[in-house]
Amino acid sequence: MRVKPKKTRIEKHHIEDFLGRIYMSFCVLLLIVIIVSMVYFVASKGIANFVSGEMKVSDFLFGSKWAPEADTPSYGALPFITGSFLVTLLAALIASPLSICAALFMTEIVPGWGKKLLQPVIELLSGIPSVVYGFVGLSVIVPFLRNTFPGQGIGVAAGALVLSVMILPTITSVAADALASLPQNLKESSFALGATRWQTISRVILPTTLPAIMTGVVLGMARAFGEALAVQMVIGNAPFVPRSLFESASTLTSVITLSMGNTTMGSPQNNALWSMALVLMLMTFIFVLLVRMLERRNKI
Amino acid sequence: MQFRKSWIMALALTSVVALSACGNNGNNTATNNGGNNAAATNTPTESSSGSDLSGSILASGSTALQPLVEQVAESFMDANNGVDIQVQGGGSGTGLTQVAEKQVDIGNSDVFAEEKLKDADAEKAKALVDHQVAVVAIAAVSNPDAGVDSLTKQQLVDIFTGKITNWKDVGGADQAIQIINRPSSSGTRATFENFALGTKTEDLQGSVQEDSSGTVKKMIGETPGAIGYLALSYLDDTVKTLNYDGVEPSVDNVISGKYPVWAYEHMYTNGEPNEIVKAFLDYMLTDEVQNGDVVDLGYIPANQMQVSRDVEGNVTKK
Amino acid sequence: MKPRTADKIATTLIVFFALLIVAILVGLLGYILVRGLNHISWDFLTSAPQKIRAGGGVGPQLFNSLYLLVLTLIITVPLGLGAGIYMAEYARPGKITGFIRLIVEVLSSFPSIVVGLFGLLLIVNYFDLGFSLISGAIALTFFNLPLMVRITEQAFRTVPKQQKEAGFALGLSKWKIVTSVLLPVALPTIITGTILSAGRVFGEAAALMFTAGMSSPRLNFSDWNPLHSNSPLNPFRPAETLAVHIWKVNSEGLAPDAMQIAAGASAVLVIMVLLFNLLARYFGRFIYRKLTASKRMN
Repeated sequence: MRVKPKKTRIEKHHIEDFLGRIYMSFCVLLLIVIIVSMVYFVASKGIANFVSGEMKVSDFLFGSKWAPEADTPSYGALPFITGSFLVTLLAALIASPLSICAALFMTEIVPGWGKKLLQPVIELLSGIPSVVYGFVGLSVIVPFLRNTFPGQGIGVAAGALVLSVMILPTITSVAADALASLPQNLKESSFALGATRWQTISRVILPTTLPAIMTGVVLGMARAFGEALAVQMVIGNAPFVPRSLFESASTLTSVITLSMGNTTMGSPQNNALWSMALVLMLMTFIFVLLVRMLERRNKI
Repeated sequence: MQFRKSWIMALALTSVVALSACGNNGNNTATNNGGNNAAATNTPTESSSGSDLSGSILASGSTALQPLVEQVAESFMDANNGVDIQVQGGGSGTGLTQVAEKQVDIGNSDVFAEEKLKDADAEKAKALVDHQVAVVAIAAVSNPDAGVDSLTKQQLVDIFTGKITNWKDVGGADQAIQIINRPSSSGTRATFENFALGTKTEDLQGSVQEDSSGTVKKMIGETPGAIGYLALSYLDDTVKTLNYDGVEPSVDNVISGKYPVWAYEHMYTNGEPNEIVKAFLDYMLTDEVQNGDVVDLGYIPANQMQVSRDVEGNVTKK
Repeated sequence: MKPRTADKIATTLIVFFALLIVAILVGLLGYILVRGLNHISWDFLTSAPQKIRAGGGVGPQLFNSLYLLVLTLIITVPLGLGAGIYMAEYARPGKITGFIRLIVEVLSSFPSIVVGLFGLLLIVNYFDLGFSLISGAIALTFFNLPLMVRITEQAFRTVPKQQKEAGFALGLSKWKIVTSVLLPVALPTIITGTILSAGRVFGEAAALMFTAGMSSPRLNFSDWNPLHSNSPLNPFRPAETLAVHIWKVNSEGLAPDAMQIAAGASAVLVIMVLLFNLLARYFGRFIYRKLTASKRMN
């Protein structure tokens, strides 16, 4: 009689702990199941064409002719792959300096109200939906480019500009975090040696935080690489490697959104689109690995 | 403390319920959600109406046909309270895939099923029954500044294959031609190539490709020297409609067969349709709909056509 | 060049670029709001869209967006909390934990279009859920979940160690400590993060085109039984959200005022995201005050 209540207490305790643990393991397991099934399904669709012999890996990756409806169809995805890389790199080139300046502004130049001003701006920019970016790009950037430069306005340049605004927040917030976590004494000793602010920034702060800032750039590029709707609205979608920045081109994402609904599941053209989704997926892995490498360097 | 614990438990429970719900749907696809979106079922619904029909219809496919089917579905549901019709987009390819897999009752398509379901899938196309509910005509259009009223077939071919690159070569302004095309998988492009150009064209470097008519119209209206093609329902003052071999792309010319660039809008069923689907498709072909919603939405009534066309593109007088 | 001049030039440049970003945002918001606001009215927010006539609204789309968000959060929050707490409090550093962390990272950086295609293949076609709200909510879960895990983990890690140790000293079980000591302290950060991620869900379009569908059946707003097919609450009906509607109207719109509708809907979308942001800030502070009785949030 005396032992009993004590025992149930312990049991309830244990059961709670046990159930909690089971639930949490279940959640983690679910994450693993999601990713495994995702990779499995996309990959099994993506390699269907290679398995059936409809296309060769080398023809797909390096073929520059995309003519799926022709009498002898060819499924070269090179134009889309180059298009994706081109807009991503350009967007990163435009956005990185801007973002780093913004981060410096927030942490080094006016740490007080600079952060108060830019923090909400960055959060809002990252919150604006991509269709809205595409909509504004089509109504503002495209006419502007058409009137200023040769060509029809739509094209790689328009896509890169829209994307650069979209990835600004990603790079800025990572860079700002990196700059803020820099030990104060590093800066102070530089100032004590009589260095100006710019000398401190360019010789001390930026070199030390470079890997962390690069992490932000890579994360931004990953986002740009996978962005679909905003890019598709302004890039023009011609399946060719563009000869100039103001010529219509395609990305992997834009050709998928454009043709996925028009093709029947299981047809070679549809499978070729899945192969491109697979390429997108593999690129995501590469971006994540890059980020990891950079983070590891950052720690040392 | 007690409150917080129960809160967590409630969270856990909701998630378990949510998950088991999806799990069920995954395992018992055949039985569990028949009423929701699988093939039409004759389950009686609670609402009553004058007609005896009750059940649900699920249609998916062509985004071009979607507004028409949605519109007609609404008036059909008003007349038959027991019927529930859901119309989804997704594109012609999706519609044909889903009707062939029996995931939907009706697959809407801009093209003949045989054109999309080829080679290994040809068997699937045979099982599908075609219901031609409307005709859509496509006109070549240009930016108003191009200064051309009419183009011949050969001129169009030369433009879309890149042999002619300036409007002055076809009697217009001295302005470079900018092609606003559709992606090669597009049904609209297939129609235009088959019946206006008579040949398949390869994509040209620098040409623009947009899938949606709204975007195509916007681009042609804004871009100097642009040429493209649009369904008649999209034409307005922002673009210049071009005559084809001297024939004006008008509804009358399409009906009489003088203007050749048109295609059927198809609603496919897998095998013969069941009672409700048949009633809906029959309603689609009544004069009330054909002269009402079909015309309102810019299509041409299928039952007024004086010519008909088969899969191979052979045109015969009715 | 003298160091001082270089310093001046560099500072000017940095300030210029920072202000440029502010200018971009102000210009962007201004453009969207100016073009859209005069089209927004009570009628626009509540009436159904018109196919060919002018004057359609975005009522069902707005409702769909909110409802889809609720559905997604119902699935995501408990799962995210579970996995996040595991990562923060239970996982021992090692290969498996590293692997799970990698998975979270990969999952959160998958392009939304890949998630949408996967949803189309698995949920819509294979599980035969069709284009429906529930398909959309599951697809959104796929990329909201890793975010949620990360938010929870970070929130738990910011809780001071002493609080946990005090709990252990009292002889409490680990589960008790997690739910009664750590969770209340971490909650404000979790809520702020959740609301911010909700803004992202709200504006997502690419993944939903392939899963929730692009059509909006007639809704009967007086029928709130989730099992009726015309009921707005039925999770198995197709649903077009606001973001998808902008995309569709912009590209396929037949109504003469399609452009104004797109502009108006964009403005509504942006205003909603602004609201989410304000809400996240305010709510986080409010809860923090309630739970800890202190005035400032670090």
